[in-house]
Amino acid sequence: MMRVSMRVNGAQTEAEIEPRLLLVHYLRNTLGLTGTHWGCDTSNCGACTVWLDGLPVKSCTTLAAMADGHEVRTVEDLADGDSLDPVQQGFMQEHGLQCGFCTPGMLMTARALLDRDPDPDEATIREAISGNLCRCTGYENIVRAIRWAAEHQAAQAREEAAL
Amino acid sequence: MTATEVPAPDDTRTPGGNPLGFGRMLRKEDARFLRGQGRYVDDVVLPGMLHGAVLRSPYAHARLVSIDTSAAEAHPRVKAVITGQTLESLNLAWMPTLSGDVTAVLATDKVRFQGQEVAFVIAEDEYSARDALELIDVEYDPLPAVVDAKHALDPDAPVIRDDLEGRTDNHIYDWEAGDAQACEEAFAKADVVVSEDIIYPRVHPAPMETCGSVAHMDKVTGKLTVWTTTQAPHAHRTVYALVAGLPEHKIQIISPDIGGGFGNKVGIYPGYVLSIVGSIVTGAPVKWMEDRSENLMSTSFARDYHMHGDIAATKEGKILALRVNVLADHGAFNGVAQPTKFPAGFFHIFTGSYDYPAAHCKVTAVYTNKALGGVAYACSFRITEAVYLVERMVDCLAFELKMDPAELRMKNLLRPEQFPYTSPTGWEYDSGDYPRALSEAMRIAGYDDLRREQAERRAAAESDPSVPLMGIGLSFFTEGVGAGPRKHMDILGLGMADGCELRLHPTGKAQLRLSVQTQGQGHETTFAQIVSHVLGIPPEDVEVLHGDTDNTPFGLGTYGSRSTPVSGAAAAVAAQRVKDKARLIAATSLECSVDDLEWEHGRWFVKGDPTKGQTMAEIAMAAHSSLELPEGVEGHLDASVVYNPPNLTYPFGAYICVVDVDRQTGVVKVRRFIAVDDCGPRINPMIVEGQIHGGLADGVGMALMEVIAFDKEGNNLGGSFMDYLLPTSLECPSWELGMTVTPSPHHPIGTKGVGESATVGSPAAVVNAVLDALQIRAADMPFTPAMTWRALQGRPMRPDLAIE
Repeated sequence: MMRVSMRVNGAQTEAEIEPRLLLVHYLRNTLGLTGTHWGCDTSNCGACTVWLDGLPVKSCTTLAAMADGHEVRTVEDLADGDSLDPVQQGFMQEHGLQCGFCTPGMLMTARALLDRDPDPDEATIREAISGNLCRCTGYENIVRAIRWAAEHQAAQAREEAAL
Repeated sequence: MTATEVPAPDDTRTPGGNPLGFGRMLRKEDARFLRGQGRYVDDVVLPGMLHGAVLRSPYAHARLVSIDTSAAEAHPRVKAVITGQTLESLNLAWMPTLSGDVTAVLATDKVRFQGQEVAFVIAEDEYSARDALELIDVEYDPLPAVVDAKHALDPDAPVIRDDLEGRTDNHIYDWEAGDAQACEEAFAKADVVVSEDIIYPRVHPAPMETCGSVAHMDKVTGKLTVWTTTQAPHAHRTVYALVAGLPEHKIQIISPDIGGGFGNKVGIYPGYVLSIVGSIVTGAPVKWMEDRSENLMSTSFARDYHMHGDIAATKEGKILALRVNVLADHGAFNGVAQPTKFPAGFFHIFTGSYDYPAAHCKVTAVYTNKALGGVAYACSFRITEAVYLVERMVDCLAFELKMDPAELRMKNLLRPEQFPYTSPTGWEYDSGDYPRALSEAMRIAGYDDLRREQAERRAAAESDPSVPLMGIGLSFFTEGVGAGPRKHMDILGLGMADGCELRLHPTGKAQLRLSVQTQGQGHETTFAQIVSHVLGIPPEDVEVLHGDTDNTPFGLGTYGSRSTPVSGAAAAVAAQRVKDKARLIAATSLECSVDDLEWEHGRWFVKGDPTKGQTMAEIAMAAHSSLELPEGVEGHLDASVVYNPPNLTYPFGAYICVVDVDRQTGVVKVRRFIAVDDCGPRINPMIVEGQIHGGLADGVGMALMEVIAFDKEGNNLGGSFMDYLLPTSLECPSWELGMTVTPSPHHPIGTKGVGESATVGSPAAVVNAVLDALQIRAADMPFTPAMTWRALQGRPMRPDLAIE
């Protein structure tokens, strides 16, 4: 057993864990943050995507021990109270989700994309989400959802600048 | 409400900003999913919950010599180990399949496919449970495996099912439909006959969420509660009662949020049963979730049809007859999930969308040393295979006649005046305008321009091998969805009719209870819109309840695109009954005759005096008040319905796919995909389009990437997402959708199902496009670069077996 501590969604967490514990299980089982899903074991599906120090990682192939002393962010942290992040709003407006299982991973990937490229074109979006599988949407509306988020956060930024 | 009424566009918006009735409406369920607050089976945590893990067979076919569980039982965190022997003592080692066969819960005599369940460990945590699997010592005596279905009936083939008394071969059934004699005659006088072997390889639905369950047997109350990944919670409850002898009123099946089903979550898997047995044995709740390899290797596969088609036509391209012989690989147990009287599902709808008098099919099903299943993956009970067959055969005919495949299809499509149309194999298509749909798809595609571009490219490619080969593929499909009627269709004797209950509370807010279960289709939104459409109350005032057998009426569940055709009709009829009853109550309140009342959205009012009327909310309050109601009218405002569909609904569509094939690498790129779907009126166009998008991705996946193949020992070669390839955002183009609207004449609101249409219709379009690019008549999917390259060399491979 070993002790790990990491900030998750801005809050300090600490636990005694087996060294082999996967980050996805630390989040889901140890902390009860079940928004992050598990889908494949092999880094292919991306349902488990979370941020580690600001970068999206597949938490099913990351050990919790590797996150010791680091910063983790999950889907539960995207909304600011009742106010949804633009990517969350975009997924709703453009029907970018159906069963909802891939959604948390998609959202974390999308948020990371827009943070580094606030105005991505369709090809850039498709490239960015190509490590996240979705079986329901055929990706069309996910691409549109991310474009929606890009446009609306830009408009929001312009409005805020004008005030 | 007339049967064929297309709802008039209504711009009325509700206080919540939603359409009143049909129209684009954002989904109610999104609020929780977007925040990571969905509640899936694996999110269920109960006090004292234990974790189960399944030991699986490494062999495709082997005799079980011995199992030693003592080391596993000695593991400090292990609570119990269950083997086939344990289950035999409870008479639970075998369970019935949905097709009149039995399947092993845990193997007792032999293992019959790689990944078959051999033992179940229950421990305090999942990691320990899986550790303990390693401590179980199983001695196997390997046997030769039957891997190639084409050799399953060889005289010297090993007999897989020697557990069945008197069984001396691997034959399951022969089944026929259509008129063989009429076919013979049509073929005899045909100018052209084209024959082809076509494999629809084994694929897997692979929803993002794997299968699992949490079972809790409360020993004090005797109540069994099971949170489980099921598309059919009520059917599962009944099956558990029948199989395990548990009292049905003490079983509650909860199907919470489901991370995609696509047919994978119809069947009952050993893991579900083992979690229940585990809870009974340990007295604690037991969770079992399969991992991805387990999902791909052991739960329901789809397809695996080896087809030989013959098509007969005149030299002008008028189709005269189609016949097909199918060798169906059912795996080691016949666990196909389809209506009892239809052993090959609805495959005999293979005559498709065309007008010709003679057709015949013969299906021979065999056992092999592979996982069981067969009907899964959005197939509409094998209409996927049927559409693939006819659409490939029509293209083969076009190839031989050197005729444009669009022209050949247009020449043979059923005409609108032929509906309702009885097909040569006995299906009654309810409504359709097929030429209109094909014309619309060709218009959106710019078909003639595409053909011109293709001719130019081909000319350029002659001198330059780096110019990609361009292919244009078509498919036209007719689906049949919404099973029953109950007199023709049942599963394990349970007639395919579904219940629905609608209740308006005193303040006029409604609850709708459904037997069907969403796996992402958006029922909580769509069904609220159906009630809104009929009653004129805002959809945000209608709460849809589903997925809990204690709180919903009985019904067969969601698969075969049956939710809207069956339960959607039930909801509409229930709402109509509430509306009719509301009229009686309003007449009493307003002290007028019932005939004096007129309806406008959400309100009964007195003819000629619109100010004198009552809204549904006012009527609901009156229905619960001290108002004296007329004789025969009970208080409250509710209705319950069991809807027995008179026929299937028959959605249809025309698809066109454009691909570019790199001759030097065999890489296929889908450049465009045009899909014109007709599913009748669209309740929520946004959701319908989303359903179609998903199915089109399935088509690209199956045509280009997805296959579960086996090596000669029967090792599954598709056991992870590194081996079983699913389409990503990069393989999918931006879909181009079109629509026509032909209502179903027998559905109360004219709607047809749509959930599986695109999965059914699209694979043939992609394959036809690839073959059009390669300018060869036939080769089997999936067109991975290697398969495409081999086809280009004139040496196409079988996709279902490992490369020798």
